[in-house]
Amino acid sequence: MSNAVSTAPRAATVRTGAASTDKRKAALAWLTLPALFFFLVFAVVPLVGVLILSFASWDGIGAIGAAGMGNWFSVLADPGLYNALGLTFLIMIVSWLVQTPISLLLGVFTAGSQRYRAALAVLYFLPLLLSSAAVAIAFKALLDPNFGLATGLGLPFLAQDWLGVPHLALGLVIFVIAWQFVPFHTLIYQGGVRQIPKSLYEAAQIDGAGIIKQFFHITLPQLKYTIITSSTLMVVGSLTYFDLIFVLTGGGPGNSTRILALDMYLRGFRANLMGPASVIAVILVVIGLGLALFLQRLGGKDKQGSQLEGL
Amino acid sequence: MKQPQTSRRSFLALAALTPFAVAATTACGTSGPGSSSGGGGASMWYLSGEPNQTTMQKAVDAFNSANGDNKIAVTYFQNDAYKTKIKTAIGAGQAPTIIYGWGGGTLKTYAEANQVDDLTGWFEENPDLKKKFFPSSFGAATVNGKIYALPNQYVAPIVLFYNKELFEKAGVQPPKTWDDVMSLVKTFNDMGVAPFSLGGQSRWTSMMWLEYLLDRIGGPGVFNAIFEGKPNAWLDPAVIETGTKIQELVSAEGFIKGFSSITADSNADQALLFTGKAAMMLHGTWTFGGMKKNGQNFVQNGKLGFVQFPTVPGGKGDPKNGVGNPAQYMSISSKASDKEKESAKKFFKDGILTETVIDTYINSGSVPIVNGIEDKLDTSPDKDFLNFVYDLAKNAPNFQQSWDQALSPTAAEALLNNIDQLFLKSITPQQFAENMNATLGK
Repeated sequence: MSNAVSTAPRAATVRTGAASTDKRKAALAWLTLPALFFFLVFAVVPLVGVLILSFASWDGIGAIGAAGMGNWFSVLADPGLYNALGLTFLIMIVSWLVQTPISLLLGVFTAGSQRYRAALAVLYFLPLLLSSAAVAIAFKALLDPNFGLATGLGLPFLAQDWLGVPHLALGLVIFVIAWQFVPFHTLIYQGGVRQIPKSLYEAAQIDGAGIIKQFFHITLPQLKYTIITSSTLMVVGSLTYFDLIFVLTGGGPGNSTRILALDMYLRGFRANLMGPASVIAVILVVIGLGLALFLQRLGGKDKQGSQLEGL
Repeated sequence: MKQPQTSRRSFLALAALTPFAVAATTACGTSGPGSSSGGGGASMWYLSGEPNQTTMQKAVDAFNSANGDNKIAVTYFQNDAYKTKIKTAIGAGQAPTIIYGWGGGTLKTYAEANQVDDLTGWFEENPDLKKKFFPSSFGAATVNGKIYALPNQYVAPIVLFYNKELFEKAGVQPPKTWDDVMSLVKTFNDMGVAPFSLGGQSRWTSMMWLEYLLDRIGGPGVFNAIFEGKPNAWLDPAVIETGTKIQELVSAEGFIKGFSSITADSNADQALLFTGKAAMMLHGTWTFGGMKKNGQNFVQNGKLGFVQFPTVPGGKGDPKNGVGNPAQYMSISSKASDKEKESAKKFFKDGILTETVIDTYINSGSVPIVNGIEDKLDTSPDKDFLNFVYDLAKNAPNFQQSWDQALSPTAAEALLNNIDQLFLKSITPQQFAENMNATLGK
């Protein structure tokens, strides 16, 4: 898409010279105004507000007072922050490791054209249609050690204290997240695979490459940018996992699933500490931006160019 | 050379637009629900869930049809969602006229931020209304000697429920002392029945154990010192002993397996008791109605037993002391118009605890906080339970409000978090006391 837009002015440059290109670009700049406007109102203004609040003491109800660096010092000295940070990164990395291979393989599989694959694809996508809160409530009911699936189906191995033992609860959170988001990433990979030119595979077949060789030498390299896109969404998205964990465990047992976003909510809205909660919000923004930039870098400088060029 | 100029101009244009944007968003804000109660009535937010929602709706309907000029518009919210929403609404200056709550620490934050009206003078003008309610119900409505809320609904102490059938089968009596508790734990575990049901994921459920144990061990003075923010109040030896007793009970498998993943919202803890999976349950009397409704004649057939919390040998607390919710509360938003406030006060006086509402509460197994209802309680099919609750509330030398309501929201959240870890044994009683001590005055 970016390809088509950017080639048109380039062609014009050749014909009519630099002056009219500038005019054209100036006219196009105004088209970004509505987007800029909304970005300013709904992203920049709240961001500045949060930054200011992080230096204020406020219980969310009374008057706002100045706190200087107080909130920052107290949050940075709080072991709870490092627990939350560690959990956030742990869930992020393990989620990526679990979700990427599954959704990649499912995406490649469902990109095929047989009818049964279309039917299966519909089944795979079902979890995507449910809201996180509904998913969490359903899993909670199914896994209840006394009244859940275990007693219903008579499967004693299922009767674990799933949400009551720290490492089980953490594992379960990662599993439910994967269950919900694998379909989304499968969809992205499916689209990516369908973009790969058939001629590449035909050429490979003539050269005698098998399915596995084709996968590693054609599909995977061609999916490089799809992998980066999906990973960016996965990694940055994992910073905002909130609703699912909030409903499923509430951050417990103890603090074993209290990730950064949840920590922010609980400090702000449960404990009436808007200042410290804002500090965590700022930290979240910084981490999110850092991660997004890092992943963009991974893509290399040529990422804006077409992958299909030269074909 | 031309291009940067253009972009600077567009940025300037954008900067010029910003005030409009801010004006537009604030304009949207002020037309929220707060000012939408035209016609002179008052708005009220209340909790959804039966039987209270229907009771309140009937009371409001009756009041509205008798008071055409002072109509009450009520909106219902789920309990946990409400607690967050009301706080946000008050902070944003969008509170309803009538603010429903549980008194205590939260009401204190509202009062100190001048968000709710002082009702002391109004109660003095209406002495009959003040005399109508249990005197103990005003404690949690009072901040710095002034009354900021109208007590209403019912008193809900925490009591020890037990399954009579299981006790008969085991040939044992309900516990009178902590030693009885520990020996019953062994008896029921040997029978393959969980001694105590507990919805530990909700955390305030576990808190009820601490409230009673601390009272029985150290007397009401220990928590009063905490409440008043006295230095090192949490480091009292009674707090450590309470924590130790809790962890002993957890280690002896006193609570049902998997208790920390059970929530009270789903009433799974009540179900464990009436289905015979657990022998006892420490819970608020508000669970009685639910067990009566969902327990398939468990209550109706007299299988539900109830006693006061046992004593602890050598403890200082009076065994008659109670803990729980002395009442529920309603305040008036100081941001409401005079007309709205007037409607709210009229509703407080004539609309809330009417005879019909009192009867409805009694029928649903609750004891309304109204004096002189002994005769009514005696005619109810649940009279044994209702009289037990009534006597407990009336005769308690000290009735401690639930800690998470009594403390400030900041301290309460830290408390619930630390209690969770205490029950998981991931912190020691000493660490619990120290962690909580750091929250004093917050």
